[in-house]
Amino acid sequence: MVSSQTTEQRALAVAAAVPDPEIPALTIADLGILRAVEIAEDGGVIAHLSPTYMGCPAVLAIELAVTTALQEAGFQARTERILSPPWTTDWITEEGRRKMAAYGIAPPVPEGRVPDCPQCGSASTEKLSEFGSTACKALWRCTACLEPFDYFKCL
Amino acid sequence: MASAEDIFCGLLRLADDHLILGQRVSEWSGHAPQLEEDLALSNIALDLIGSARALYQLAGETEGKGRDEDQLAFLRDERAYHNLLLAEYPNTDFAHTILRQFYFSSFQQLYWQAALESTLPELAAIAAKSLKEVAYHHRHAADWVIRLGDGTELSHQRMLAAEANLAPYLGEMFEKDALAGRLADAAILPDPAELQAAFAADRANILTRASLPVADIESRLSGGRSGRHTEAMGHLLAELQYMQHRFPGQQW
Ligand SMILES: [Zn+2]
Repeated sequence: MVSSQTTEQRALAVAAAVPDPEIPALTIADLGILRAVEIAEDGGVIAHLSPTYMGCPAVLAIELAVTTALQEAGFQARTERILSPPWTTDWITEEGRRKMAAYGIAPPVPEGRVPDCPQCGSASTEKLSEFGSTACKALWRCTACLEPFDYFKCL
Repeated sequence: MASAEDIFCGLLRLADDHLILGQRVSEWSGHAPQLEEDLALSNIALDLIGSARALYQLAGETEGKGRDEDQLAFLRDERAYHNLLLAEYPNTDFAHTILRQFYFSSFQQLYWQAALESTLPELAAIAAKSLKEVAYHHRHAADWVIRLGDGTELSHQRMLAAEANLAPYLGEMFEKDALAGRLADAAILPDPAELQAAFAADRANILTRASLPVADIESRLSGGRSGRHTEAMGHLLAELQYMQHRFPGQQW
């Protein structure tokens, strides 16, 4: 029991450190995509991952990166895609939100609120487009510093 | 009683709607009227194809004959696709594209909402995931319908033409044939006929705000659910299936 817990924790640490391919400043644990790590009966590691968007092209890349990272750390590994409950931006950690803003992407805010500019911090911002460079982002502009910025959509 | 074959066929209808409309919308990539709209349509297409993949996987597992998502998506003949005719309707112009998107998103939002209660847990999970995505599509398309319908004389004329051309396809979404009836009785898939009233209310609200007339929902053109397609479908499939026909079994 003690040794199996250590294995699980070690595997979790390895998987949690895998960067997101689209926002490499964040790990998949920061984004809440990594739900759990499970030790199978055959001793292999199963990483449970929740896709942000179903058609997100990064899903396969993330699954491959997690499997590879675990294998390089000496585990026999595979991933499982978890759709239910669906991923939500609420699962992004506080640390994740901080890193996101530092990277220049405004973290999600509740419906009806506007995001602060990640460049200058101003609250006077406006939406340019509901859809941005990737499925999870919208395009906004700061009316104070006039810089456009990505906003991580609330889902 | 719904058999495994029924469930497979029902899932295939749903998956085909998403794949075929996703393929249609993706034809705008690089050609949309403005950059923001190019991104929006490409993202909507990706979402639709993402839902299609999950549905094909589930359909393949239900069928149990070892067919995977790629085989189901790419290796069937035209008559074996069971999508709504609305999904294959050519893009035509931006008015047709965005009105088609509004109609499909409005229907699909109600459909996924009802499918949350499905007795098939895998489908309920796909519904929960897709519901969040289709809400964005619905809002985006409805905004455009209002803006163009209530816009310039030209944009209004184009929306009128789109509405006249697409209206005859709307009834097909709510047709409840024997298969749909068995699946609804088993609470596996929503009863499409029960969604019509809420769809009609949503459509009337948006079209009225767009200064467009609200014609009755007609069932003049249908057949997609039993594999009888419009001429446009062959052209769509020629492009969709090109790689698999040219390089059978190719993967990347
Ligand atoms: Zn600013």
